[in-house]
Amino acid sequence: MEISVTVNGATHTSDVEPRTLLVHYVREHLGLTGTNVGCDTSSCGACSLHLDGEAVKSCTVLAVQADGTEITTIEGMAAADGTLHPMQQAFMENHGLQCGYCTPGMVMAATSLLQENPSPTEEDIRLGLEGNLCRCTGYHNIVQAVMACAAAPTA
Amino acid sequence: MTTTDATTATAPGVIGQRLLRREDPALLTGEAKFTNDMHVPGALHLAVLRSPYAHARITKVDVSAALQVPGVRAAYSGADLADLWAAPMPCAWPVTDDMKNPPHHPLATDKVCYVGDGVACVLADSDTAAHDALEAIDVEYEALEAVTDLEDALSDRVLVHEDLGTNTSYTWALKVEESEGAVDRAFAEAAHTVSERYVQQRLIPMAMEPRAVLSMPQPFGGDVTLYSATQVPHILKVMTAITLGIGEHQVRVVAPSVGGGFGSKLNVYAEELLCVALSRKHGVPVRWNETRSENTMATIHGRGQIQHIELAADDNGKLTGIRVRLIGDMGAYLQLVTPGIPLLGAFLYAGVYDLPKAYDFECTSVFTTMTPTDAYRGAGRPEATYAIERAMDALAGEVGVDPLELRRRNFIPTESYPYEAFSGLTYDSANHDGAATMAAEMLGYDELRARQAEQNVDGASKRIGIGVSSYFEMCGLAPSRVLASLNYGAGGWEAATVRVLPTSKVQVVTGSTPHGQGHETSWSMIAAEKLGIAPEDIDVLHSDTAVSPLGLDTYGSRSLPVGGVAVAMACDKVIDKAKQIAAHQLEASPDDLEFAGGAFTVKGSPDRTMPLAAIAFEAFTAHDLPDGLEPNLEAQVTYDPPNFSWPFGTHMCAVEVDVDTGEIEILKYVAIDDCGVQVNPLIVDGQVHGGVVQGIAQALYEEAVYDTDGNLTTSTLAEYLVPAASDVPPITTGHTVTPSPTNQLGVKGVGEAGTIGAAPAVINAVVDALSGLGVRDVPMPASPLNVWNAINHAQEAPK
Repeated sequence: MEISVTVNGATHTSDVEPRTLLVHYVREHLGLTGTNVGCDTSSCGACSLHLDGEAVKSCTVLAVQADGTEITTIEGMAAADGTLHPMQQAFMENHGLQCGYCTPGMVMAATSLLQENPSPTEEDIRLGLEGNLCRCTGYHNIVQAVMACAAAPTA
Repeated sequence: MTTTDATTATAPGVIGQRLLRREDPALLTGEAKFTNDMHVPGALHLAVLRSPYAHARITKVDVSAALQVPGVRAAYSGADLADLWAAPMPCAWPVTDDMKNPPHHPLATDKVCYVGDGVACVLADSDTAAHDALEAIDVEYEALEAVTDLEDALSDRVLVHEDLGTNTSYTWALKVEESEGAVDRAFAEAAHTVSERYVQQRLIPMAMEPRAVLSMPQPFGGDVTLYSATQVPHILKVMTAITLGIGEHQVRVVAPSVGGGFGSKLNVYAEELLCVALSRKHGVPVRWNETRSENTMATIHGRGQIQHIELAADDNGKLTGIRVRLIGDMGAYLQLVTPGIPLLGAFLYAGVYDLPKAYDFECTSVFTTMTPTDAYRGAGRPEATYAIERAMDALAGEVGVDPLELRRRNFIPTESYPYEAFSGLTYDSANHDGAATMAAEMLGYDELRARQAEQNVDGASKRIGIGVSSYFEMCGLAPSRVLASLNYGAGGWEAATVRVLPTSKVQVVTGSTPHGQGHETSWSMIAAEKLGIAPEDIDVLHSDTAVSPLGLDTYGSRSLPVGGVAVAMACDKVIDKAKQIAAHQLEASPDDLEFAGGAFTVKGSPDRTMPLAAIAFEAFTAHDLPDGLEPNLEAQVTYDPPNFSWPFGTHMCAVEVDVDTGEIEILKYVAIDDCGVQVNPLIVDGQVHGGVVQGIAQALYEEAVYDTDGNLTTSTLAEYLVPAASDVPPITTGHTVTPSPTNQLGVKGVGEAGTIGAAPAVINAVVDALSGLGVRDVPMPASPLNVWNAINHAQEAPK
């Protein structure tokens, strides 16, 4: 089936199998491998990206369902000159990542969280990120990073 | 929060700064390439058909229908590929001379021994085609009885490997007595004894990146490059060569970005061997990506022990003897270091306590029809620490003293370091009371005890508990001669090369293999400190056996105290060589030169100076070097540590338990960890946070559950409860700094400390909360159901 999606500002028209998941479309058809696959039960959130401005787990969306939408992946977060998105910067400054495999999904979920709730409490952040698993950081510094980003004047 | 009771020799330099990680930008932007991210046109995709039975004879495998599936290029049964294996899959740790080790090949041929055992495979143009084709393979099984209970396995009622005639793989003992009968006498004469049984449930390591493999045969010459999500490219290279009968010089192994390991990627796996063998057979790249559901079955599990521990103590509660009996769950086969895991704990069942030579340890390990076990974060040491720390609380109850006070009575005194332990091992340095005191202050121990006394009254629906856990990490694997005494199949050294390029940029080549620990940042800091060159001018090369041919990789919290120290030593060698060049050029005696701030200066003549940058260029042109000195500025060191590294600390946890629902809330968690000198405190804290949460996860949430037919019923992340951010508390960290005297940096490891300290701290707190209700133990994971059952059984028990 033919679909047309705008990904990180560029429009792509592709022929996909109906069963193709959005995450596989992004990774394999578009070569955007920053979005990771960590499970097969929509539990881990490593594949989170923004679909029409909201974080979704792209393993639970069929590529054909994304027809006509606007998608942002982790590759679309930093500025064109390479300046990190404030959330990426906050993760770096707060050591909110170790192996980095959950990180793209975590950054996408965290930015979406702050759009919905610009001044979250620590509890709000922990609950808001419960769909994204991390095995390295114990979440402590991820939570710190999101709090720092929320508090930053330019975020 | 950090306090320091000893200053580092190198302050105020680069070491000790909270430098942000150079690894992060690529990982944060999606630029980093994990194995599965590499685009390789023409690669065939491997999929493996796995046994749905825990234990069965294979009576028929017919792959012919799979070959008809569009996109399929080949399909093989285990028997079809039997000729490809020059040797069985490796177990590098034959702990006893008579250890039983059944042959284990990448695909089973006659029998399957666990759910997930590979029986056939497909190569196809796409991953989906390969998986589609698995469904067309016809396998007939004759089901046999499963054995998933360790004590049942020990009885040999059902044999996992009939040819062995027993399920027992080995029995390994460590008995240390001042004089014969010392242990028995200690127990006979003891004022107090406790006898406890604990179960270390099976855990699934669950690194967020499932495994992935890509094997690329070279167009000619028979060489192959294996990309794998592995912690151990160097070990994998040797083992791939041996297992497949390829010259070791023809195998290159690369670990690209690796998404966590925790021991699960410290192995040689069937899919790695299948990809290499089939890529060579077909002459094309072959890749395999593990699904999470496969990962839970086809990647090793951790823990899996039944522990009996007995303590003998005098009337003050001072330990006089320890007896330990373990049953270890090997799973269906022995993987790379499976049998050695319980042994890594054998030396730690006396914890951080002063024990006379009255110690009796014996471990019997058995085969079961479950996924093989192997190293999982801590590997043997969390188990040992859990047993002694839980038993110390039981002993405190017997003696009638506060658990913290009982520990203080038994701590190895600070002034006795370096301390020769009952086992003959020498503990390098520690201050247990210092760490415990700091933990108690940061937790508010006394205040919480007062609040507990007020709150935990008869009829209270919520009860407070406080848990204490003091630990040794025993890491930095390891002095090669000690490994020899344990029959380990390799040494414990690490290699480093430091190369100052003509333009004075530096390459550090390390045999350590990071997968999240930030080695590039830390190693650049070590070299910067030593060489007086900015960290950003230092590149760190690793994880590719063509670039870093010598190495023993990353596990057992060994990277910094072995690999990092090797980097420092290689810098020293570079400086020694540079000094000869500087002396020659400055027409001075090498003895008259001082090296500081990246330059040599003649003592007393500050104007006669030569920076390392200039020396590097002189070494490169070689126009005017001292007679007999080789050009270029490069040095290699292979460092075999003289001792293990002995990080230590005390963790404390306060919980509130709802006695009606069994629900546990962690009120506060404090981790005081002393890993000696900290190269980068930012990274140290990160290691502690992650380790603690994995320990909390074992204590409260995680368990690989098998039913009696041997089915893993927690085979996805929907059933296996890896905690989310909302399930765990913030972690309050603190550090004392007791430098290690055994290496020039004063460093110790820290990767496993959090996990080792956490589980007993949490469970001690839970049991402490419920002790007024007669509860003496709560099995891990302390789920609401397990807690509720413990309360109700205690209430029903005859008084």
